[in-house]
Amino acid sequence: MASPLSFLGGFKLTFQHLSRPRVTVSYPQEKRPKQPRQHGRHVLNRYEDGMEKCIGCELCAGVCPANCIYVRGLDNPPDHPVSPGERYGYVYEINYLRCIHCDLCVEACPTQAITESKMFEFSFTNRSDAIYTKAELLVDDQGFPKHLPWEDWREGEAEMTGGWMRATSPSGDANYEGVVQWTGDLGAGVRAPEAGQSGRRDDEKTGSKQLRRAFYKHLQPEDVNDDQRGVAALLNDVRSKMPRRFRKDHS
Amino acid sequence: MNWLSSIDPLFLHGVTGVVILIVLIKIVVGFSVLMGSVTLMIWFERKAISDMQSRIGPQRWGPFGILQTLADGIKLIFKEDLMPTEADRFVYKLAPYLVLVPALVTFAIVPVGGTLTIGGHQVMLQIANPPVGILVLLAMSGISVYGVMLAGWSSGSKYPLISSVRASAQMISYEAALGITIVTIVLVTGSLSTHDIVTSQAHGIWHWNVIRLGVVPFVIFWMAITAELHRPPFDVVEADSELVGGFNTEYSSFRFAIFYLAEFMNTITMSAIIVTLFFGGPAGWVPNVAHLKWLFPIAWFLLKTVAFCFCYIWFRAALPRFRYDQVMDLGWKRLIPLSLGWMIVVAGFLIAPAWGLVMAAAVLFASVVLARAFEIGTTRSVGADSILPVVGERPLPEDVLRSWSDREEE
Repeated sequence: MASPLSFLGGFKLTFQHLSRPRVTVSYPQEKRPKQPRQHGRHVLNRYEDGMEKCIGCELCAGVCPANCIYVRGLDNPPDHPVSPGERYGYVYEINYLRCIHCDLCVEACPTQAITESKMFEFSFTNRSDAIYTKAELLVDDQGFPKHLPWEDWREGEAEMTGGWMRATSPSGDANYEGVVQWTGDLGAGVRAPEAGQSGRRDDEKTGSKQLRRAFYKHLQPEDVNDDQRGVAALLNDVRSKMPRRFRKDHS
Repeated sequence: MNWLSSIDPLFLHGVTGVVILIVLIKIVVGFSVLMGSVTLMIWFERKAISDMQSRIGPQRWGPFGILQTLADGIKLIFKEDLMPTEADRFVYKLAPYLVLVPALVTFAIVPVGGTLTIGGHQVMLQIANPPVGILVLLAMSGISVYGVMLAGWSSGSKYPLISSVRASAQMISYEAALGITIVTIVLVTGSLSTHDIVTSQAHGIWHWNVIRLGVVPFVIFWMAITAELHRPPFDVVEADSELVGGFNTEYSSFRFAIFYLAEFMNTITMSAIIVTLFFGGPAGWVPNVAHLKWLFPIAWFLLKTVAFCFCYIWFRAALPRFRYDQVMDLGWKRLIPLSLGWMIVVAGFLIAPAWGLVMAAAVLFASVVLARAFEIGTTRSVGADSILPVVGERPLPEDVLRSWSDREEE
């Protein structure tokens, strides 16, 4: 049987909570960090020389379960080609009132032309604004997604577009897990592979490490794993900074 | 001032215009400080409870959201003032003031600090020091029961009525334990006046009533007053998470704000009353600083009061709500016998230690008898001749049920 004074435990717990970090984030002023593989609105990528990646093959439109993509290809003009291939995407429209952000289009794309950014904070006041055309989807001259006036972009959110694509091994082949099979992007160049399950992952470059650090302060002490707590956490932190060959988990 | 003494015989004994002016200033200052501290108390409660629940709490209006109460007040004033068609219009309008005015008046008897000398007049830092003293507290909490009762009754709706019956039953039940505990204090002090109660505790921490009387009266008083205030864990009256509202369900706009205001004002006042009765009021260490000596008792009083206000918030965060039958059990079966027994023992010890021991023995015997009576009451067998069958704990005997159902068929 519980002690008759066990109700004092409630007083102790509530008093301890006075000094604990707050869970609440005051959202419009401050955003919680987004996951690297967040599915947001799409972007149409370019090669490092500025050529568009889209070849107008309409595979994305074919695979789309929500029928939200409309693509029409056209032969490249011979004197000033838009894409390196034979054809290019002449019309590219995505209706965001239909899109379910399943990213099947990203998987289907043979040239990695369409990927998704982490932007989900956009809203419209009429239906025609919901249809993003090529003018809005295509990355700008620096290779970053266009910051449209009705979208809430913050510092650092334009990085890491297409994280989900890089998270998977190409064609599902385990031999290529964590290997870059990714053509260079305008602005970002050849991006590092997303953290996989093997030792070849690079958390530093993909932003996973920063993300974990950012989320850490929102965790309650009881939610933190044993290896991230107290002395063990210190040791783990030191170990993660050591050169790889000294590390215990080196395989 | 002869014309004044013809109005009221009180003015016969050297009451001049300056005295009246000082009293008026005290009232105005007391009223405005209390009103201001209520807004701060509401903010403090919301902020502290959100801290205890790992939330942020009010933060938009003013630094740290300190003006949140003001914003809420402005919002409430501009809301539509609804009145149910079935309402008793006069009583419906009167009831909020029957709750607010006692809350204000009770604070008048609280000694906030020591004595000041202004212009040759000895001024007590206390709005009034009536000879009946602490009885004003009981009288005022009696009147606020009327406010609650009438608010529920005049709403012309059955749910506020049920709630107000529940609320007034709870308040009246705990008033008994409250009164008996106050009797214990009055026995020790030998005076009803709050000023005398405070000065009798002024000689150090061992003279404070909380220690002088044993801790039990303080605990009883604290519990009883928490129930009087309908504060958690005794907030069955308007259990936020379970009921629509309490007796004030039909109230809106500024009338609702008055109930809300009175509730928090009572919380401050009762914290101040606890400090006055048990913790020496403004008593405390005073350094020998010229011209600032009067400030330290006020600071001590404020410190103790804020500590108790914080405790009420802490109760709300830490304790689950009592069931209504548990509230009644605690009040009638435990607090009233305990406070009565303790009062008798204290009275015995005040006459002579031998009498105290005799009384303690008598109280022990009585409590054993009482415990046995409660046991019989909760475990008695239910027969066909039982007047009030115990429902819920065990099924009724079959013959009783059959006799009831037979009766209905006829």
